[in-house]
Amino acid sequence: MGVRLDHPLRSVVALPVLIALIAFPLLMQVIDEPFYVVLASRILIFALVATSLNLLVGFGGMVSFGHAAFLGAGAYVVAILMQHGVTSAWIAWPAAVAVAGVAALLIGAISLRTRGVYFIMITLAFAQMMYFIFVSLKAYGGDDGLPLPSRSIVAPALDLSSDVAFYYVVLAFVLLGFFLFARLVNSRFGRVLQGIRENETRMEAVGYPVYRYKLVAFVIAGAAAGLGGALLVNQNELASPAMLNWPQSGMLLTMVILGGVGFLWGGAIGAVVLLLLEEVLATYTIHWQLGVGLVLLAVVLFAPNGLSTLRKSTGAQARDG
Amino acid sequence: MAELLRLRGLVKRFGGLAATDGVDWSVAQGEVHALIGPNGAGKTTLVHLISGASSPDAGEVHFAGSDVTRASMHARVRRGLVRSYQVTSIFRRLSALDNAMLAVQAGRGSSLRFWSPPQADAGIARDARALLARVGLDERADVAAGTLAHGEQRKLEVALALAVRPTLLLLDEPMAGMGPEESQRMIELIQRLAQEVTIVLVEHDMDAVFKLAHRISVLVSGRIIASGEPEEIRRDAQVRRAYLGEELGRAA
Repeated sequence: MGVRLDHPLRSVVALPVLIALIAFPLLMQVIDEPFYVVLASRILIFALVATSLNLLVGFGGMVSFGHAAFLGAGAYVVAILMQHGVTSAWIAWPAAVAVAGVAALLIGAISLRTRGVYFIMITLAFAQMMYFIFVSLKAYGGDDGLPLPSRSIVAPALDLSSDVAFYYVVLAFVLLGFFLFARLVNSRFGRVLQGIRENETRMEAVGYPVYRYKLVAFVIAGAAAGLGGALLVNQNELASPAMLNWPQSGMLLTMVILGGVGFLWGGAIGAVVLLLLEEVLATYTIHWQLGVGLVLLAVVLFAPNGLSTLRKSTGAQARDG
Repeated sequence: MAELLRLRGLVKRFGGLAATDGVDWSVAQGEVHALIGPNGAGKTTLVHLISGASSPDAGEVHFAGSDVTRASMHARVRRGLVRSYQVTSIFRRLSALDNAMLAVQAGRGSSLRFWSPPQADAGIARDARALLARVGLDERADVAAGTLAHGEQRKLEVALALAVRPTLLLLDEPMAGMGPEESQRMIELIQRLAQEVTIVLVEHDMDAVFKLAHRISVLVSGRIIASGEPEEIRRDAQVRRAYLGEELGRAA
């Protein structure tokens, strides 16, 4: 029943992952499978967004069912700015982060006054409101979404329309985000957040302004999802209302549950597994979601705390045996 | 003795029932002031009102010279008004040491620090270990709090309240569910604490109350019906009639 508050980023795990991620596009060039670089970019982006949701769900005990709102907000900021002629990533991406952060501040300030099921429902309600707003905004594509004429411009020498260049830009942001996340969950703030997850009343009684800490976490997670949205809209070259709709929020939650609620790598592992499953199963059947459902069921039954715990439990068995 | 806590005309209603019915009460600096009363007298409601867990319909709460009636619980804790819980409220899945570290960290400025781990701040871990030693849990630092024995959990509960260096400690039935031996150790712990902090002790165990308290106040149906030194309370006819009678005879 013991739970640890520290989540060390171990170099034996992190370094091989880092090297593999850097080498990946080169490897794909060698075996001539460039499509996988596009897929890898998508997975990386979702790893970032799922990790930001894990900060709320897994570390703060705040089960938000509206995280897609911030992903979508970031995406639309980039797309709308581009429609008005702002193509620079240096303006559009920080704007996406800022707008998503402010949206999280507003939504969080209200939602965090509730708990449990009510919190789930109210975050869902806010996200659906934003979904319907964008569906009805005909000037920005309405139902059909808003296509990007081109990807954002980072530097004249760096052409993001190249999938490999785009991959490395995404990788840089995701690595930075993940590193900051790893620092954050182990910091004073991260421990307070986990204390709130464990016993909110007690945290208040030892003198923590609980609401304030939760709101700060909500804003950080929303802003990070906004960055994910800015990257994703460049990847897809389309901002669509589906990005804000509840199945998107549900998919992010599924990733977190699959990977491991409250584990450092939980969001990232969940994103990798879910998107790879989708990719593989979709080549066989349009009913790929059935397969995903079965896998999720198996994980919940056999590794109830997510795939992050598999290694741990087999390790423990090895030690016992 | 200087007055540390002062309640004026405090009222809390639940529907038609006044659980706190115009309470005027004061606690002096440095004393152990026991609050007793039969079940349903409104003791826990009063603890909630003092600690800030709920707010009164009328009246005022003054602490250390300032009006804290509208202050949140965490703001009162920062001023030194700290409570423990009747039903043990600890971080059950975390080690005793992590429990203590979280509480110690609360008393060390803002935790809006996102970069360095608190383990890097040796002071927090050191103070947390000292805190566990103070309540006699230093040997159990690495055990998950939820697997500690009941008496140990009660001690941890007190330790968490102590961590933020209270000037007034509200102990809500610290002996709840304890056997005689555990109770005795808790009494000794509270005696030691009483050297340093003012204590409001809400307790059913009359033996403990008469051993510890400098003053006793009796709450019946949301009103303080008597307040005084233990011997006066023991002799008070109204108190005997209302509540103590038999139990007092046993304790005496």
